[in-house]
Amino acid sequence: MNKKSSLAQKLCTSPHIVWSAIFIVVPLIMVVYYAFTNSEGAFTFENIARLGDYTTTFLRSIWYGIVATIICLVIAYPLAYIIAQSKAKVQSTMVMLVMIPMWMNFLLRTYAWMTLLQDNGVINGILAKIGLEPLHMINTSSAVILGMVYNFLPYMILPIYTVMTKLDRSLIEAAQDLGANKIRVFKDVVFPSTLSGVVSGITMVFVPSVSTFYISQKLGGGSFALIGDIIEMQFQVSNNFNFGAALSLVLMVLILICMAVMNKFSDDDASATGGMMI
Amino acid sequence: MKKVFSCLCAILMVFLIAVPVMPVASAKDYSHLSGTEINVYNWGEYISDGAEDTMDVNKEFEKLTGIKVNYTTYDSNENMYNKIKGGGANYDIIIPSDYMIQRMIEEDMLEKIDFSNIPNYVNILDEYKNLYFDPDNEYTVPYNVGMVGLIYNTKMVTGTPDSWGIMWDEKYAGQILMFNNPRDAFGITQCYLGIDLNTTSSEDWHRAYDKLKEQKPLVSSYVMDDVYNKMESGEAAMCAYYAGDYLSMKENNPDLAFAYPKEGTNIFVDSLCIPKGCQNKEGAELYINFLLSGEVALANAEYICYASPNRAVIENPEYSLKDEKILYPEPEDMPKTQYYHNLPEGLLTLMTSLWDNLKIEGNDDVSIYVGLISFTAICVVCSVYSFARKKKREKMY
Repeated sequence: MNKKSSLAQKLCTSPHIVWSAIFIVVPLIMVVYYAFTNSEGAFTFENIARLGDYTTTFLRSIWYGIVATIICLVIAYPLAYIIAQSKAKVQSTMVMLVMIPMWMNFLLRTYAWMTLLQDNGVINGILAKIGLEPLHMINTSSAVILGMVYNFLPYMILPIYTVMTKLDRSLIEAAQDLGANKIRVFKDVVFPSTLSGVVSGITMVFVPSVSTFYISQKLGGGSFALIGDIIEMQFQVSNNFNFGAALSLVLMVLILICMAVMNKFSDDDASATGGMMI
Repeated sequence: MKKVFSCLCAILMVFLIAVPVMPVASAKDYSHLSGTEINVYNWGEYISDGAEDTMDVNKEFEKLTGIKVNYTTYDSNENMYNKIKGGGANYDIIIPSDYMIQRMIEEDMLEKIDFSNIPNYVNILDEYKNLYFDPDNEYTVPYNVGMVGLIYNTKMVTGTPDSWGIMWDEKYAGQILMFNNPRDAFGITQCYLGIDLNTTSSEDWHRAYDKLKEQKPLVSSYVMDDVYNKMESGEAAMCAYYAGDYLSMKENNPDLAFAYPKEGTNIFVDSLCIPKGCQNKEGAELYINFLLSGEVALANAEYICYASPNRAVIENPEYSLKDEKILYPEPEDMPKTQYYHNLPEGLLTLMTSLWDNLKIEGNDDVSIYVGLISFTAICVVCSVYSFARKKKREKMY
């Protein structure tokens, strides 16, 4: 009986496994293959050796990713808390409002920001109307980060909100009964139990921010090339698939390292607070 | 009697005019192609699409022949080349420029066209036949001709610039738009420096690169099709772009002006080609023939605003751009022009890697390092603090 069900299980999961093998594992192997070969298909370290020239671009991508993630977190955490605390009807409306921008294509939304931020764009038009000095906003690093925050904010709000709705109110009451003040309740009860949402939010914002390409071209005017732009250029302009693959490989490794470090931190914290709660 | 005669004359005239205008494809039976599809891959804004009461060329073709047109666009020769080279898609019609055609013929990526299916080829002016990239007229049918020039906003630029040098003028820092493709960006730099556009000396390419690097802090952004939006809204003071596009921009912003710089410029011919691996060659040839027919070519020429290599357009009295000196300069006003040629493999690699280097250059390098270092420092401090606290707590219990 047991064996049979495991066979059934295997049958049920096999499509998924085949799918992942073909569309996830095989492409990854191809990326590695391309990264270590030249255009004739011969083995080479040339692509990897060239990567050193792009250190600043890598660091810029990571730095922008970190800044965008932190800003997202600062905005999203209180917002998710407010949504989770409100009435059911209000809650669904607010979640809807967070989701609606995602229905529109992300390229279009970025393009719209271009029109808003331009030197004689919508925002500067309004500033001029009310008699304020125009601001130079487009083609700056802040504009690029703004674009990232705007595009990826929902991916931070939603996981945190989901965890918050599951938060057991009796825990908070218990803490209050035991004499904890508001700050203490938040620090020792609310935050630790929503940490899993924060971690998945950070992952879901940081990874696409680091590897994004279109935003920096449109809002940064080409002066703030990110690693995604360079990868895109290898495939679209330079026709150098091998070097593009090498860049992608490094990007993947970097993201994996960042994720591993972060998971380590969150695991430590979770076990520590878990210990405390017992 | 005289009246009847003039009537007859008029009718005859109508026929004479109408004959070359009617799609001559009707001479051949193409009913068996009805229900098939062709995939057309063209530049953006490069066909009359029915906007503002113009002719919708693709729809007209579908109506006439029953062939479905799948239409997609690209914004640079290199994009198009890489997509086809990568084998990701099958197209029946592409419209590359001269140097790219040369490369694609060298790499055996184009089909020979069967000109017996394209009777309207007689409309092509002789000066656009036997061009350097297709000396025997086997692979290409010219679609549009153009030159690169300087487009500027008269409200933001003082005087009438006549040199590419203005694009290196610090007075206009942050208001200059530059091509976002290596060939054109290097091209105008080479013109400015007086270097041959097809120079094979790597030193020349490095010189042009240094000049581009010098320009980078002044550049507002590197653009292709975004140029319309930015120039029309007055966001930028000047750009180097294709002459025909200036006429489209001027319709939306009358402050714009145009100049062919004295150092000379690039001339290009974009031609209709059929790539290897096409699925419907006969349909593609029918489409080319359709585009060459007088009425359709006129609609396209009016919409795209590029110079037309088509006799039926140039000689049509209704053609509104016939006297446009920017498209058809008098021989004595003709700027010095050069075609791009395909570069040998080594130089192509050099050019793209120089272009890469130009693009990765940023002006925020210091802040990145400061930011990253301080972030790491904060992380380390936090983890040390939490570690110490944990230890203390363990001691307490």
